[in-house]
Amino acid sequence: MKSEDKRVKGSTLVEIKGLKIEGFSDDRWHQIIKGMDLTLKRGEVLGLIGESGAGKSTLGLACMGYTKPGCRISAGSVNFDGIDLVNASEEERRTLFGSRIAYVAQSAAAGFNPAHRLMDQVVESAVNHQVMERSAAETDARELFKRLQLPNPETIGSRFPHQVSGGQLQRAMTAMAMSCRPDLIVFDEPTTALDVTTQVEVLASMRRIVEEFNTAAIYITHDLAVVAQMAHRIMVLRYGNLVEESDTRSMLKQPTQDYTKSLWAVRSLQKPESPNGDIVLDIANVDAAYSSVMKVLENVTVKVPRGRTVAVVGESGSGKSTLARAITGLLPVQKGRISFNGKALPPRLQDRNQDTLRRIQMIYQSADTALNPRQKVRDIIGRPLEFYLGVKGDEKERRVIKLLEDIELSEDFIDRYPNEMSGGQKQRISIARALAADPEVIISDEVTSALDQIVQEEILKLLMKLQKDKNLTYLFITHDIATVRAISDEIVVMYKGKVVQQGLKSQVLSPPYPPYTELLLSSVPEMDPDWLTNLLKKREVA
Amino acid sequence: MTVEHQDIRTLRTKRTWSQDAWRAVKAAPTSAKFGMVVIVFYMFCAVFAPWIAPYSQSDTAGKAIQPATWEHWFGTDQIGRDILSRVIYGARNTIGIALLTVIISFLIGGVLGIYAAVTRGWMDQIVSRFVDIIMSIPVLISALMLLTMFGKDNPYPAVMGKFPLNMILILAVLDSTRVFRLARNTALSVAVQDFVEAARLRGEGMWWIVTREVVPNIMPPLIAEFGLRFCFVFLTIAALSFLGVGIQPPTADWGSMVAEGKTLIQFGKIQPLIPAAAIALLTVAVNFVVDWFLHISSGLRDEK
Repeated sequence: MKSEDKRVKGSTLVEIKGLKIEGFSDDRWHQIIKGMDLTLKRGEVLGLIGESGAGKSTLGLACMGYTKPGCRISAGSVNFDGIDLVNASEEERRTLFGSRIAYVAQSAAAGFNPAHRLMDQVVESAVNHQVMERSAAETDARELFKRLQLPNPETIGSRFPHQVSGGQLQRAMTAMAMSCRPDLIVFDEPTTALDVTTQVEVLASMRRIVEEFNTAAIYITHDLAVVAQMAHRIMVLRYGNLVEESDTRSMLKQPTQDYTKSLWAVRSLQKPESPNGDIVLDIANVDAAYSSVMKVLENVTVKVPRGRTVAVVGESGSGKSTLARAITGLLPVQKGRISFNGKALPPRLQDRNQDTLRRIQMIYQSADTALNPRQKVRDIIGRPLEFYLGVKGDEKERRVIKLLEDIELSEDFIDRYPNEMSGGQKQRISIARALAADPEVIISDEVTSALDQIVQEEILKLLMKLQKDKNLTYLFITHDIATVRAISDEIVVMYKGKVVQQGLKSQVLSPPYPPYTELLLSSVPEMDPDWLTNLLKKREVA
Repeated sequence: MTVEHQDIRTLRTKRTWSQDAWRAVKAAPTSAKFGMVVIVFYMFCAVFAPWIAPYSQSDTAGKAIQPATWEHWFGTDQIGRDILSRVIYGARNTIGIALLTVIISFLIGGVLGIYAAVTRGWMDQIVSRFVDIIMSIPVLISALMLLTMFGKDNPYPAVMGKFPLNMILILAVLDSTRVFRLARNTALSVAVQDFVEAARLRGEGMWWIVTREVVPNIMPPLIAEFGLRFCFVFLTIAALSFLGVGIQPPTADWGSMVAEGKTLIQFGKIQPLIPAAAIALLTVAVNFVVDWFLHISSGLRDEK
């Protein structure tokens, strides 16, 4: 079945002309893709970039002739290797999916069936499409595992999805997509959910395997630095239109459109650090655990100076969020003490008085779950005012509007429910809820990681402005080093529940680094198409 | 182009709740509309039974076991009572008692379930295990046993007459186990969300967390369950009446009407089928409406 001769680099594989896709919502059809052309040659990797709602996933799926439920292709043609996918029957398309066109989704954890072993799922499409016998497919899968640099390639297939890490699962997903040696793979934000240190490995594996098999790929992401490593050519999308298209190097060097430039200029935000000896929150030798077996925090000491931003960085599982839970009292500390304004904080939430609670506020990662979907903005922001400060009636209404002004939203937002706002607007409401309590310290747990780059920038700017106006102290938990660079005064690096390093931004971000800090910092993708290649070379030497 | 996006959002906000509800009803599928019409019709019959029924529920208005005539549209039963009148009165008794039972069972099960979900700990464990025990015995058997022990009427015949308070309470308690499970599980999934944690961090009390943060978010499944449980309860009542421990003659009740007329089936008479059809129709109608309600409130969309 293998048709190696057909994989000649240079011939056109996918050709899309004048594609329009509509989605149905609010009782009418809206255009999601407004007339788009796209060509993809064999062996070429095309990056699709844009903020959410730009239509990049829709376009990526359209290359497979597929639209999400509730969407339809209203005009244009999708031609895959001579096959008209728009008018192809369901049957025809099904024979293509999996065998000649594959899809790697953002969340591998959701893509795998938790009840079956990895091997069964990886070989499934090859066996079902009768490309290979089961035993041949398994041998081949082990070979793919090896090429994707999964640990123990011989035995890892017998594990269940929950028994491997997120990065390994994402690579197993790539192996699944590769099992039939497809002509085209669509990667939809495959590394967005991964830590930077894991992301590097996954990117390297994906890039290598796509090159080895000369597979054409469409790589969808909102992370420019990542796409710069992967793609030969980049298309920038916005509101379902093409903004700009060119090969990666010239796109990075000289973007022509203003919108593209603004994407490139993101992280222009720079705050000079300023030390401060006035410690508002002093965490000393703290241990915390969810069960008696394993400590999640071990001997953690962090000092948070007033009116400054302390960024806590580390990969998932490093104990960053647990530190926040310990400070807020949701997870009482077992050992050590936390002092606030020089006085010891009671470990348990129930033992703290209302005034202490008011002074330490928290902002969550996902505004979707942090805002009650059945409450209007008036009640969400108004409640802390009423609860802590006893403000009622017209005065409360006035203060809510004032807070909306502070977070740069107009006053007609007061009657909205959370689902009537965009992600960035919801996160602003979360911030306003924290502000309403007139706090001293705000703990923000990955507040920007669910947002687009441009929206992230706006939220960070807002947080910085508020800090200046109200002399707020931030404990900023994040895994995004670029954000840390932009806004922090001090940095705490955490690894496996311990503090590796704490210091001023300039100290932590300049050599000599402790080994973990170095690994973390060097794993952050840069806007240089050669970055990954160079990094891998450097690590190999080391 | 940003403007276009904002327009959609503001459009959404301008409708009031009742307008939204009316729009949803108008857009409902035929099955749900049919269900709503049937339910409204039954309610009408139940409320205005004495005015619309041509005869009283206990009068022997004609000869026994007559086929349908102009005087008796559905014929008469084994002692000559008008079946149409009894079916209409039956709506009142059956639906009234079922509704009361479901309301009580939701009060018990809902309150306990939500409380268990929010506090967890030993309270949750005790109540949950107790519920498991009750649920391990079929409802009909427990109901029969308890009805035999306590009788179906009420402890104060002087005040309430023959009102079947005991039966209502027994069924309500037995039924509340199902409500408890649903309320606990749905509340549990809401209670772990960040906005509930945020309320806890704010220092809010239990009352606020339950009534403002949790309950509004679990209303849709609970309302849907209310409709379903309503069906199950009046089916149980019908079954109990059929077995002779439910509502007693001469009070008209669909279940006992089927029971009383059951032997007539052997003689090719349709009398017992009429109250049975009334039960079936209401069950189907309620299920149609509940299905539709669950569908729209869970945010599921039809695929294509």
